Amino acid sequence: MSHDMSEDKLPESHGSAGQHEVATHGDPFADPGLPAHEPRRTDIDERAAKRAERQVSLMFVVSMLATVGFIASYVAIDADKIVYIFPLGHVSALNFALGLTLGVALFCIGAGAVHWARTLMSDHELPAERHPIEADDEVRADVIEQFKTGAAESGFGRRKMIRNTLIGSMALVPLSGVVLLRDLGPLPEKKLQHTGWDLATPEHPLPLVNMNTNKPMKAEDIVVGSLTFAKPEGLEEDDETFQQQIAKDALMLVRIAPENIKDKDSAELGFEGILAYSKICTHVGCPISLYEQQTHHALCPCHQSTFDLADGARVIFGPAGHPLPQLKITTNEEGFLVATGDFAEPVGPSFWERS
Amino acid sequence: MSAANSATSGASKPASTREKPANKAEAVADWADGRLGIYSLAKANLRKIFPDHWSFMLGEICLYTFIIIILTGVYLTLFFNPSMGEVVYHGSYAPLNGIRMSEAYASTMDISFDVRGGLLIRQIHHWAAIVFVAAMLVHMMRVFFTGAFRKPREVNWIFGFLLLFLGMFDGFMGYSLPDDLLSGTGIRFMEGAILAVPLVGTYLQFFLFGGEFPGTDIIPRFFTIHILLIPGVMVGLLVAHLILVFYHKHTQWAGPGKTEKNVVGMPLMPVYMAKAGGFFFLVFGIISAMAAIATVNPIWAYGPYRPDQVSTDAQPDWYMGFSEGLIRIMPGWEIRAWGHTLNMGVFVPLMIFPLVLAVIAIYPFIESWVSGDKREHHILDRPRNAPVRTGLGAAWISLYLVLLIGGGNDLIATHLHLSINDITYFVRVGFFVVPVITFVITKRWCLGLQRRDRDKVLHGRETGVIKRLPHGEFVEVHAQLPQDKLHKLTAHDQPLPMELPAEVDENGVAAKTGILTKTRAKLSHGFYGEGSQIAKPTAEEHHEITSGHGHH
Repeated sequence: MSHDMSEDKLPESHGSAGQHEVATHGDPFADPGLPAHEPRRTDIDERAAKRAERQVSLMFVVSMLATVGFIASYVAIDADKIVYIFPLGHVSALNFALGLTLGVALFCIGAGAVHWARTLMSDHELPAERHPIEADDEVRADVIEQFKTGAAESGFGRRKMIRNTLIGSMALVPLSGVVLLRDLGPLPEKKLQHTGWDLATPEHPLPLVNMNTNKPMKAEDIVVGSLTFAKPEGLEEDDETFQQQIAKDALMLVRIAPENIKDKDSAELGFEGILAYSKICTHVGCPISLYEQQTHHALCPCHQSTFDLADGARVIFGPAGHPLPQLKITTNEEGFLVATGDFAEPVGPSFWERS
Repeated sequence: MSAANSATSGASKPASTREKPANKAEAVADWADGRLGIYSLAKANLRKIFPDHWSFMLGEICLYTFIIIILTGVYLTLFFNPSMGEVVYHGSYAPLNGIRMSEAYASTMDISFDVRGGLLIRQIHHWAAIVFVAAMLVHMMRVFFTGAFRKPREVNWIFGFLLLFLGMFDGFMGYSLPDDLLSGTGIRFMEGAILAVPLVGTYLQFFLFGGEFPGTDIIPRFFTIHILLIPGVMVGLLVAHLILVFYHKHTQWAGPGKTEKNVVGMPLMPVYMAKAGGFFFLVFGIISAMAAIATVNPIWAYGPYRPDQVSTDAQPDWYMGFSEGLIRIMPGWEIRAWGHTLNMGVFVPLMIFPLVLAVIAIYPFIESWVSGDKREHHILDRPRNAPVRTGLGAAWISLYLVLLIGGGNDLIATHLHLSINDITYFVRVGFFVVPVITFVITKRWCLGLQRRDRDKVLHGRETGVIKRLPHGEFVEVHAQLPQDKLHKLTAHDQPLPMELPAEVDENGVAAKTGILTKTRAKLSHGFYGEGSQIAKPTAEEHHEITSGHGHH
């Protein structure tokens, strides 16, 4: 690659200052060699050395005491005891005592060892030689020769049929491992395309149930400016698949004065200004929970996608790619809010098969 | 053969030729050596020389926090129940009494409130993980800015990078395990990100979660990956990383007596056994104290996960913050055509995320290609002496920080009373602009420092002594640097940029210059050309100035 370039500008050719140059007398920048060792106080003053020894031992003793303190805390302090410690506030007494005693016990061992090394162990700097990582040419030639001999003796290159079938079998055998992963989960099929609301039909509408009160709602329960969370009737917290279901079925109901609804199709899907949107953000699926009643904007707290609920939940800011799906609602003969069918499009984050 | 020998020697007992051990300890060592060959191993390593510099301990912090994580992690597995089976909570923490939750969450509550010391170990585990990833990043920056990744250490750089990458993901999985409201939101995000993958996204999601989100498989599967698969790979990489550190011998700074052919420092036994061994206890002690005084991940305050609930200020652990920033600043582009949807708003950040990391991972190979330098390097570069590299590294860090700001835009907005929309727009622009500005400033800064070094070498250091000359002028007396300083400031290489070959060769035939060669020459000028380094002083210049012509 570089043969067409002038090699004399490569670093090899003009040498390196670091590469063991012989110091010339006239060169002011020559390497003066390792400086002489400067003794520490503890090297020359036996009293200083003794003092350092006592300091190191003191730290090890403190560590021992802290370990005793740890065990004592473990035995003596109740797990549910809360104490006020300035400036931390109310903290678990046991956690605080165990953490500090363990911390001191460990830290003092370390501090003692480092102090020992710095004051009492020899601090003479010693040079050790480095050898190039690369083998010399002789070794290199020898290894290549050995490899060639081995390869020739195996006949790997000559007996093509063995080589090709071996490669084939080695390539195929991992497939078994891949196949074994098939039962990790079911196929997606159309599961992401519909929600629990698909039980609703115009003939058998499905009531909306208030998430907090667990009761069906009438239109007059929803006042203008409010935000209410709802789920389909029949979905209970102790259902085995509750978590999967609520991840798709969760609704947020808002009531906007009909004259303030900009999107007429959206108004059609609602009931007297009550609009039922999917609570699941179309970005990556966080539940949207921040509603600004003056502007009718709903904000997802995870990535700040902002939807204008008065305008068909159009995305007005943030990384979401499309509006929140809206559920068509009406009231039944008793006046309860009901859905008459599923969302017209899949809820939650978009995916490849989503049309 | 030996059997034949002993048979011929007859009466004498078959015995080792070795001298009798002097004491019990030597006898044990002899026994082990006869089976494990420990003497040959120790010969090369017991008094192995390591150079000293504060920045060399950053890697140690990584190693020690990793050990702390494994120790505390094993303890946590004794009590944690990685199951998404539902239970109703009746533990010591009254506010959640009677709440439905997964067994994973309930057992984490028990660890935090009912197992004595459980909360401490959980918090040490989490704090150590936070410090672990931070230390790996800072350690990587140390290696980057000092050029320690150059030959022969490129492979070890890659090992280190993989450790960082795996460490980040293992951290993510670890804090997802308690199945609390905050981490469940993180898993939900991951689900959305996987769904955004074209063609196979839905299949990947269904296979990973064992069906629709959230299902009951994801926590047990994360558990296996978190405690076995990833740590197993990491232990292997870590051992390889350390073996290579020993094999290559540590890099060192330029200085008197230090060359590319030696390593100057103190021996492993006793100095570094005490210092490095002691440092483990220092790190462990400090993290224990952190766990005592600062709460991390208070899952009891978040509550158990429910897909229809969320808390505001939802933030991942810091090391996932830059990917969070990518996801938050991306405009919500979505392509819908032919009955399919491509969610660019998620897919583009998902692709940029590994790319941001990959550019830093492959940098050593780019630099060695541009410089054409095939020598081994054991003397570290001062960052100022490689202005383009330092500029690129600083630009990378600035990009990382800009994305962290993007990831924390909600916190910044609420704490500094700023508009979240403005912050997001700023980050969108900053993503492209800030790294460029940072590069230019850093490079010029390096050149300025090089000029100062040159000045110091040629004119000496400022002494602070003001002298009044006979004619009334005041001058500051400069003092020549001692030779070791002069050597240190001039020990670095100044590579020359590559020249393109002549357009026509000596026979007048047009020489072909490939696009790669041209790019390389251009980059080489960018790295080492006139505008990218200040010529270091030569001996002649120094001589001319110091031989004194009334110079002050």
